[in-house]
Amino acid sequence: MQNKRTCLYDKHVALGAQMVPFGGFDMPIQYAGIIDEHNAVRSHCGVFDVSHMGEVVISGRDAEKFVNHIFTNDVRGLEVGKVLYGIMCYPDGGAVDDMCICKLDNDMFLMTINAANMEKDYEWIRKNSDGFDVVIQFESEHYGLLAVQGPEAEQKVEEVLNIPCKDLPFYEVRTVSKFDDTVIISRTGYTGEDGFEIYGTHDFIRDAWDKLIKSGVTPCGLGCRDTLRFEVGFPLYGEELSKDITPVMAGLSMFVKFDKDEFIGKEALQKQKTEGVAKQLRGIELDENAIPRHGYKVLKDGREVGEVTTGYRLISVEKSCAVALVDSSIKLGDRVEIQIRKKTFPGTVVKKKFYDKHYKK
Amino acid sequence: MAKVIEGLYYSESHEYVRVEGDCAYIGITDYAQHALGNVVYVDMPEVDDEFEIEEGFGAVESVKAASDLNAPVSGKVLEVNEALEDEPELLNKDAFANWIIKVELTDKSQLEKLMDSKAYEAFCAQ
Repeated sequence: MQNKRTCLYDKHVALGAQMVPFGGFDMPIQYAGIIDEHNAVRSHCGVFDVSHMGEVVISGRDAEKFVNHIFTNDVRGLEVGKVLYGIMCYPDGGAVDDMCICKLDNDMFLMTINAANMEKDYEWIRKNSDGFDVVIQFESEHYGLLAVQGPEAEQKVEEVLNIPCKDLPFYEVRTVSKFDDTVIISRTGYTGEDGFEIYGTHDFIRDAWDKLIKSGVTPCGLGCRDTLRFEVGFPLYGEELSKDITPVMAGLSMFVKFDKDEFIGKEALQKQKTEGVAKQLRGIELDENAIPRHGYKVLKDGREVGEVTTGYRLISVEKSCAVALVDSSIKLGDRVEIQIRKKTFPGTVVKKKFYDKHYKK
Repeated sequence: MAKVIEGLYYSESHEYVRVEGDCAYIGITDYAQHALGNVVYVDMPEVDDEFEIEEGFGAVESVKAASDLNAPVSGKVLEVNEALEDEPELLNKDAFANWIIKVELTDKSQLEKLMDSKAYEAFCAQ
């Protein structure tokens, strides 16, 4: 079966992007190179096509109640225009997906989900909506989505796209009318830099992409999206969160609101939180310049204690780091080793955040 | 279009062999560095290590992936290119000028099984 294409596919090809299959789409992994694209986001501004992500709009009298039922964070009494990150879990606490939810209006929420999980999420959301007075609309095919990220993102969005955003606070969203189009803009992202995510029709997104590129914004592929998110400690579904890695194991308990009456997975997660988990995610910083990769073994005193979920030679700072799922007996400051091909490399257990975020709050 | 140099031997896993007498310099081709993207680490063997043809002798790692180095010929390591320890990106700048290891060839007849520049060019175009 042929992969799907976003509304910007031809523009990526024209820019000479290396295209790869990702989540059922053909997506650009890089244009000029991952390192230059990564640095552009940290120091200036980069634009990502993230139109492959899925949009689900939930509305109706029970919208708030339903979102709270399927989502670990708490949207009760949330003001219109706020954005929350959280996880959708199975009854056993495993993650179906992680996502941001925007409160667009009273009784109206927008969920933005991972491309690779789209069908599964649709099914899960539909299946669990019985008995709720809600309307669920899967809008992915109608929306394009750009992430404009970096210290100059605000200026570019204001001046190049003419979308007012200076006064939009961190993790807030607003709807703007542009000619005949309705555009949704949130001050959110997946890079650890200030920036915006902009939802619009395919025509609007194509035009906005061209304007941004023409104004000198760097086109950025999924390659640097991963290096950027990894440096600041964001999880990627499939690596740091999965049906087997719960939010508690992933260190994301702050996004799980146990004081809610109920939500799918509450009992299992509560049990993990109280009794502890067998394995959890930890950061590891290697002493030397070797590169830990997904699946490499983590050892303590020669005994296997876990494996790497993601690892890189960092780009923003000179360090080789990994996030690994390891036995809970492994604590911060412990010395461990990572098996890389025939050799083992020593390192120290550290927090999962290897580089500081730079937000405008 | 990736650069290919005449007079070298090429493997299907994109290593090249530049023969000098009984010795040879082994590296990765321009096609390989281009496909890999930004090289950030080169895992090299030690001097005096010996390996057989097609055996792994290290890896070249780009930001996103590790790619094994397979020995295009059997040999014993005489020298490793230490410059790559500090500047792995030299492979992106000029893959042919920056060899990875120098070996003493064990069996020169193995060279006949490798591709010449014309055959390799055709192989990459596939």
